[in-house]
Amino acid sequence: MRGQNIAWLAVLCASAALLLASIGYARQEIGDSPRIDAKAAKEKISGESELDRAPQKARAKRNPLGNDPDAIAAGRKLFGMHCAECHGGSAEGTHRAPNLRDPEVQNATPGAIFWLVTNGIVWHGMPVWSKLPEPQRWQLVSYIKSLGNQSPTSTSQ
Amino acid sequence: MLFRLLPSFSLLLLFSALLPFRSLAQENAYIVAYDHYLEEPGNLEVEYFSTFGTQRGGNDFHAFWVEFEYGATAWWTTEFYLDAQSTFHDSTLFTGFRWENRIRPLRHEHFINPVLYVEYEHISGADKILKEIEGHDGEADNADSNALARKEHKHEMEFKLLLSSTFKGWNFVENTLAAKNLSNQPWEFGYALGASRPLKLKATPDRCNLCAENVVLGAEMYGGLGDRYSFGLRDTSHYLAPVAAWNLPSGWTLRVSPGFGLNDHSHRFLVRWGVSREFSGFGELIGRLFEGRQ
Repeated sequence: MRGQNIAWLAVLCASAALLLASIGYARQEIGDSPRIDAKAAKEKISGESELDRAPQKARAKRNPLGNDPDAIAAGRKLFGMHCAECHGGSAEGTHRAPNLRDPEVQNATPGAIFWLVTNGIVWHGMPVWSKLPEPQRWQLVSYIKSLGNQSPTSTSQ
Repeated sequence: MLFRLLPSFSLLLLFSALLPFRSLAQENAYIVAYDHYLEEPGNLEVEYFSTFGTQRGGNDFHAFWVEFEYGATAWWTTEFYLDAQSTFHDSTLFTGFRWENRIRPLRHEHFINPVLYVEYEHISGADKILKEIEGHDGEADNADSNALARKEHKHEMEFKLLLSSTFKGWNFVENTLAAKNLSNQPWEFGYALGASRPLKLKATPDRCNLCAENVVLGAEMYGGLGDRYSFGLRDTSHYLAPVAAWNLPSGWTLRVSPGFGLNDHSHRFLVRWGVSREFSGFGELIGRLFEGRQ
């Protein structure tokens, strides 16, 4: 019986160690700002960003909620719930994710932003957001595009 | 053992509720089936689930488990379970643990999205959480007294292929599983299917608890497919269960699911419910603890 308890304890300790290792690994993957900066710099040099990878058909899509008066406000709420943790409360960017007020994002078509939100950048830490229904993703796009006309302080409230 | 563990579970949930992380919730309604969405990287989701089951030829039971689900990366989620159960007119006991990993192999979204699932289980024969049905699992397996059932120990590897599609707000999942008891037992197989949809697809501009967009309804069906030597539906159990989830803006998610056995090998009735909360930035917090940063 005592031997069994020791075996139990050993397996539990091993599992806890593996869990901690995975957390440590995640820390490297998502919290290592120099790596993200290096990737961003590389993208600037090569001139190709994830938004540029959006297929032509996706880029050409129009925002069906472009004229919806509530879309920006709803998008702001969704942004606060799902995106602000990494992109910052005013979308100003953090060490984990880029500034969405950058011209690169603001000059992108709504369709390209929608494509990126839907597909994420899985290998570089951004999850797919297709779990949000399509209208909610378009509401997010409306909000992100509206940031080009606002100062960071006016959107953080 | 359980009386030593229960206070820990309670304290953990209380501690979780008080942690100063910004939290978020956008969870599906499934309890058995899996879709292809993984935990956001660095986030920890703490979940508690209960299963009440009727038992012919034995005592009804209440099985429960706690899950710690962590988004290691955007393509890898790891999860640790602690299982326990209480059989009426019998006893309450800790029944084991599971360690699960889900890996997303593809970079982009597709019409059908695969996720690979690997799990190690170290549980006793008294485990009744019915998180999956495999092989010839049936109601009769759970009729033994706890004293007898706990003598059986299972070390099992479980592999699943999770397929999931999202179309016009609907989510459809098809899971197939193959499980191998690491003692000399044959491979066993099972399945889970599901469909769900939020009540409303557009978000309202205001923060609200009782918005239709926060409620997800659906159904799941799951059961065994026999084993290597007798593959098929003979002597297997199957369940059909409506599912509902309520995602609160505070980060809490409530789920409930009444399940109905579809044949004589199944429990007649199962009621499952669960509560979970997601904490963002957990990975960074742990990282800072270990690095000693301010």
